[in-house]
Amino acid sequence: MAKITYISGPIIKASLEGESPKLLEVAFVGNSQLIGEVVTASRNSITIQVYETTDGLKLGEPVKLSGEMLKAILAPGLLGSIYDGIERPLKKLGERIEKGKSVFPIPKDKKWEFTPIKSIGDKIEEGEPLGYVMEGNIKHFISLSTGIKGTIEEIKPKGEYSVEETIAVLSNGTKLNMIQEWPVRFPRKYKTRLNPDIPLITGQRIIDFLFPIAKGGTASIPGGFGTGKTILQQTLAKWCDADIIVYIGCGERGNEMTEVLEEFPELEDPRTGKKLIERTILIANTSNMPVSAREASIYLGITIAEYFRDMGYHVALMADSTSRWAEAMRELSTRMGELPIEEGFPAYLSSRIASVYERGGFVETLSGHTGSLSIIGAVSPPGGDFSEPVTRHTRRFTSVFWALDKELANARFYPAINYTQSYSTYGETVRKWWEGLHKEWYELRSWMMKLLQEDDKLQRIVKLLGSEALPEKQKLTVEICKIAKEMFLQQNAFNPVDAFCSPEKQIQLVQIIKELNDYWEICLKEKAVPVKILKEQEVVNEIVKLRFKEKISENITDKIKETYENLLKNYSE
Amino acid sequence: MIIEYEGAIEIKGSLLAFETIEGTIYGEKLFIKWKDKKLHGRVVELTEKVTLIELLGQTEGIENNRLRVRFTGKPFSIPVSERMLGRTFNAFGEPIDKLGNIITSKEANINGNTINPAWRNFPKNFIHTGISAIDGLNTLVKGQKLPIFAVSGVPTDKLVAQLVKQIKIPGDNPKSAIVLGIIGIKFEVANELIENIKASGNFQKTAVFISLASESCVNHVLVPKATLTLAEYLAFEKEFDVVTVLYDMTNYCDALREMSSRRDEIPGRKGYPGYMYSDLATIYERAGLIKGKNGSLTQIPVLTMPDDDITHPIPDLTGYITEGQIVLDRGLYKKGISPPINILPSLSRLMNQGISKLQRRWASQIYSAYAKSKRVEMLAAIIGESELSKTDRKYLKFGQSFEKEFLTQGEEENRSIEETTQIGWQLLSILPERELTRLTKEDIGTYIK
Repeated sequence: MAKITYISGPIIKASLEGESPKLLEVAFVGNSQLIGEVVTASRNSITIQVYETTDGLKLGEPVKLSGEMLKAILAPGLLGSIYDGIERPLKKLGERIEKGKSVFPIPKDKKWEFTPIKSIGDKIEEGEPLGYVMEGNIKHFISLSTGIKGTIEEIKPKGEYSVEETIAVLSNGTKLNMIQEWPVRFPRKYKTRLNPDIPLITGQRIIDFLFPIAKGGTASIPGGFGTGKTILQQTLAKWCDADIIVYIGCGERGNEMTEVLEEFPELEDPRTGKKLIERTILIANTSNMPVSAREASIYLGITIAEYFRDMGYHVALMADSTSRWAEAMRELSTRMGELPIEEGFPAYLSSRIASVYERGGFVETLSGHTGSLSIIGAVSPPGGDFSEPVTRHTRRFTSVFWALDKELANARFYPAINYTQSYSTYGETVRKWWEGLHKEWYELRSWMMKLLQEDDKLQRIVKLLGSEALPEKQKLTVEICKIAKEMFLQQNAFNPVDAFCSPEKQIQLVQIIKELNDYWEICLKEKAVPVKILKEQEVVNEIVKLRFKEKISENITDKIKETYENLLKNYSE
Repeated sequence: MIIEYEGAIEIKGSLLAFETIEGTIYGEKLFIKWKDKKLHGRVVELTEKVTLIELLGQTEGIENNRLRVRFTGKPFSIPVSERMLGRTFNAFGEPIDKLGNIITSKEANINGNTINPAWRNFPKNFIHTGISAIDGLNTLVKGQKLPIFAVSGVPTDKLVAQLVKQIKIPGDNPKSAIVLGIIGIKFEVANELIENIKASGNFQKTAVFISLASESCVNHVLVPKATLTLAEYLAFEKEFDVVTVLYDMTNYCDALREMSSRRDEIPGRKGYPGYMYSDLATIYERAGLIKGKNGSLTQIPVLTMPDDDITHPIPDLTGYITEGQIVLDRGLYKKGISPPINILPSLSRLMNQGISKLQRRWASQIYSAYAKSKRVEMLAAIIGESELSKTDRKYLKFGQSFEKEFLTQGEEENRSIEETTQIGWQLLSILPERELTRLTKEDIGTYIK
């Protein structure tokens, strides 16, 4: 058996005794059987990255090769669970993470009510469902693994079974149970990729309306510390209209995972009324847990997400933060003595980032359904500097860029998304969907974008000379924008009404701002009413607080009309 | 297993290379003796031929052929006991106050064990510090890690002393303790700090671990770990509510850099090792609450931002791990405002859990008004105060009064949260009602006069 010859942090080397190791194969290291992965192999020795702390290991301890790659176990029981980076169920581990403990990720004794879809004699292809079990309110399809097909010779009738029990037998003798396995570093198969043209509705105005993400799209959230990356990620996990959420806490704070664990079982999905935890899977590899498992956690999360996508669901994956994942890669690379390229990162940084985001997409599954996997990755640039390698490469491979801004965050303006730096390339692709809701969506959005750009220019003058120095027409833009920021761009994640804003309400709010803007322009043009007076009308106060109203009553429009028509009639200098 | 061994292959700074002997454990604690001296050491790299040992302590004058190494077969640990309260220790947990040895059979590994995130409880209980800018606007909660980002030239040690003296955890737990880690601080500052705490009569529930500026960088690296090891023992085995203050983490990081460079590791940003984030995390993440345990561990690490730069790797990486930050500002201090807490870049991520909804709106309104007042101040510097609009002038007044009445407080002034909020409401009354968009109508009716 192979024996340890070198130990340095999470990297160990072992001499081989006739074994022929495979790259990326799982190995059990030492007497305490620490889990690791073979990262380089030569004729006589192998290098292993160990997923647990190596303190206490001795030279000469045995290394056992498993013959298998790092795999995800996929079966009913995943939803509502919390795992570490190598799919150990954290609730089954003790108060402190023990070394070398291996626990099966899925409860084996739990019985699920299985309902068959296929019957004896049916032909069945890879990826096609045999039947389903209800996991909470999610239909969890039990499908054939890739590479397996045949004619059903035996299938169990509707009834209660545990995940390991055989539920069907194919004519070639293959016995099937509810468990699938998949090597995490390889994308799961699908039939074709489709164009993502349905927006992932998040209930966040600045995102949905201005910088939308499509279902199956990719987005990055870069921001220095304290700009609200995690709150935004959690908000998206709570309110976005995906069927399944995979939330990866990658090298972040332990308390953040606890927060999700405590909060999600209490919160209701605004669409289904079921508890949010029932559609969520958490992967926690906090900053103080071993670095190599942090590197693996992203792949585990994506594999689980793809598994649900393949059932025909819309899955959203939040990775917080991909910078920690990249840093883990850097640390392992350094320990293996690889050549550093920029800021110590290995040369394969950009190709790894690309391969992760490319696993997102809107697809036709093997069984002919459509499903999607949207990937939203937080990036934590050192010093908030967006020119660093991880932010730069992530930007190349994602289509939406929600840049978080320190200054906005300091003024407690949340979400602190900088509306001049951020962009989304899905504006055109999701246009049809939005125009189905309201035919003027695109015009309203363009108007708003233009307004914000104009304001950004004016703000530079205001900073130098004060708003008094602007001509009335520009003052009007600045004031309208101020209202837009207050009642539209800003959103309070802790207010029960404001936390989620439906697309319909988003359109209504923009329409109201536009209407106000139009009246102001008329007042200014016809009677030269100064902006100071326009903005001090009672109705403005009411508009600013509209976002906290569950329903926007029709008479607000009447009120605007009345106020300014009166002003137009009665105003004299 | 105890093995003695003589002679090293190579000595380089605090690193010793020995020929590997069978049975050496990675991370093992050992003793090195030469002449009449005895030093601690630790195995940091293990290959078939060579064992690399890191020496902890002063290595000047060491001779490689007179060395004797004793392997202990145990991981690096320090003694822990309730009787350590009221005492002062060095980085290895050995008493240095001449009050006798600590007799305990209990030892704990200084690296601790990772808390399972699924076993944590979410921190939500308010901790009283008596400082308005913290209690009111950046509330500390039990189990949080909230660092202070200091700058040189402001009396950080006074603020640390005031915190240690005033911190009070509401609730019915009679056991509370403060464990203070002093890392690479000058003797006079450390001494004054300890005297200051002693004078307040709080010392019998305080334990101090010290590595003075004159000591080896290896000791600086050990102090936070030793501090937290005792803190964890008190919190999770003896049910204490523990607050840990680590002062100054900048010295810890610089020591880490020094050691990394001796090991010939590839340097990251500004020469700090690439794994500094993970390393700091193993310190900061030891704060928290654990399901089924009554105790708690709250952390206040203090660091000095090199060159006042918040984007420097030390504050930057710290900020990414901790749950907020309290930022000090020399500009404020020079204006006569003390403690000079700049609330704008300061943040407590967990405060919402520890305070009422009303206080949330109140704090949000103060933040937004103060941010605006700072913008107006800048504008006034360019165009002159007289050119400002009426509203802007009110903001200017708000900003000035806020700094003078809210931020400023005496070293002995222990304000209750009620006093703090009261001052806040009075200040907000300076502004016109329509500017108070973060408050509800009822708030304005009840509290704004």
